[in-house]
Amino acid sequence: MRPIKMTPFLFLLPGCLILGTFVFFPMLHALWLSFTDYNMIQNASFVGLANYSELFKDDLFWKVLLNTIIYVVGVVPALVIVPIFVAVLINQEIKGAVFFRSAFFLPVVTSLVVAGLAWDLIYKEHGVLNYFLETTGMIDDPIQWLTSPSTALYAVMVVTVWKGIGYYMVIYLAGLQSIPESLYEAAKIDGANWWQQVTRITIPMLMPFIALVSIMSVIAAMKVFEEIYIMTGGGPLHSSETLVFYIYTEAFSNLDMGYASAAGVVLFIFTLILTAINLKFTGKSGNIT
Amino acid sequence: MKQNKVKFAPVLKKIVVYALLIMVAIIMVGPFIWLLSTSLKSGGENVFSYPPQLIPEQVSFGNYVEVMKTFPFARYLLNSVIVTVFTVILTVIFCTMAAYPLARMNFRFKKTIFFLILCTMMIPFQLLMIPVYLISMKLGLQNTYAGMILPNITTAFGVFLMRQAITVVPFEMDESARMDGANSMQILFRILMPLVKSSIATLAIFTFITAWGDFLWPLIIISDQDMFTLPLGLNMLSGTFTSDWRLISAGAVISMAPVVILFLFVQKYFIGGIMKGAVKS
Repeated sequence: MRPIKMTPFLFLLPGCLILGTFVFFPMLHALWLSFTDYNMIQNASFVGLANYSELFKDDLFWKVLLNTIIYVVGVVPALVIVPIFVAVLINQEIKGAVFFRSAFFLPVVTSLVVAGLAWDLIYKEHGVLNYFLETTGMIDDPIQWLTSPSTALYAVMVVTVWKGIGYYMVIYLAGLQSIPESLYEAAKIDGANWWQQVTRITIPMLMPFIALVSIMSVIAAMKVFEEIYIMTGGGPLHSSETLVFYIYTEAFSNLDMGYASAAGVVLFIFTLILTAINLKFTGKSGNIT
Repeated sequence: MKQNKVKFAPVLKKIVVYALLIMVAIIMVGPFIWLLSTSLKSGGENVFSYPPQLIPEQVSFGNYVEVMKTFPFARYLLNSVIVTVFTVILTVIFCTMAAYPLARMNFRFKKTIFFLILCTMMIPFQLLMIPVYLISMKLGLQNTYAGMILPNITTAFGVFLMRQAITVVPFEMDESARMDGANSMQILFRILMPLVKSSIATLAIFTFITAWGDFLWPLIIISDQDMFTLPLGLNMLSGTFTSDWRLISAGAVISMAPVVILFLFVQKYFIGGIMKGAVKS
């Protein structure tokens, strides 16, 4: 047998050390913790599936799971579709394209804390949004966007979409610029109108990018935390609480590490299933791995 | 008649396109403008007046003075810069180093290692935050820069991106350097890295955006105010001045200013870098 060459492993060492310490080992550790009762003061004690059975009996867990599903269902289609149109708009030959592109990308580079506060201000009872909706006659009385249980979750979803549009727009721009101009010229000769060009050429040619964006946005929506932490704190009455927020509270406020880890394992399995579904639907159209 | 129609259509299209672009721009930038306007309003002015006033009655920088007195923004900025710069540099080095043998050498377990690295893309940090917190406590990383930096400096995306970039460099480049007596280390850092610098830029930009805006992990690992990054500092500020939106807005504007200014200068590279990343992956 050949001796094992050392050079490749030396190059791999730093990266693998980091991934091992902060990803692989923690992953196994998280799985182990989910079968224990651990509060950081006493040693972890093995409790079998108790955390999971407690989790599935907890009404709040089902509520945050449902909220997370609503979040994904609401946010992902918007993040997949809206940026396509924004990218198509900006990809025209227009003056000031650089200005508009930068403006649309601005929310991406700012932190979610700033974004959350900015929207908090807009959502206030006497804020800009209520004023706009009242003067245009869409509502009669101001809505308490972030402090009423029926709107809080949706109000936060808007911020997630708003923050993500610029990022996915850039991904679609890369896709649009890879479509050969000759396709559109041929279509124009055949008398295709703008809408036909979009649906028959642009969308099909963008499919690999649409697949990429849908996978990315599903994962992003599954792990939403910052917006909620800043804007609603999960409230009112847990109406805007999502799975990651729940895990965070259980782990770092209640110090119930084992229980929170069990919720984390559920989150992981859930993400895996959604990504698998996603790959099944979109994977065939592009080579994204 | 026909002549007219031909001329008219593109003009109408232009108008529609610009109207839509301006509308989207207002939605995307409006919240920041509103923040800026609120931060400049003086104490006597009602922030939530109906109808809302975009232009302050009397422009005042008093809120900024007040906020700077209570909050050490320079310190937060310094912390953010340190964490971001080291995260970006180390990510680039570690990912490129790991990518090199995966792109260029044959060795046992190569496929397994690459597969395992790619698997980490599927694992959200949010699942790992508890054990990562526990291990960081054990390693004494609480309230340190290293604590904020170390967990983030190798990503599957980075290794993948750099492996792709190195793979397309002709192998003759390595061979001729090796003939001249260069070892693997020199080949990677002197020959290959300059050739893949556009991919390095892409990776650096991605890492910059995530590191600069990171909130959840610092929130967990940092409790000492001297170690706060800008997002943590701003979060604390908004907790302190719960209803004084003039001060909160001033703090938000200060904390977003550095990255916005940087972005306006290098926006071409930012957006170009992400476009490249999208095509590559």
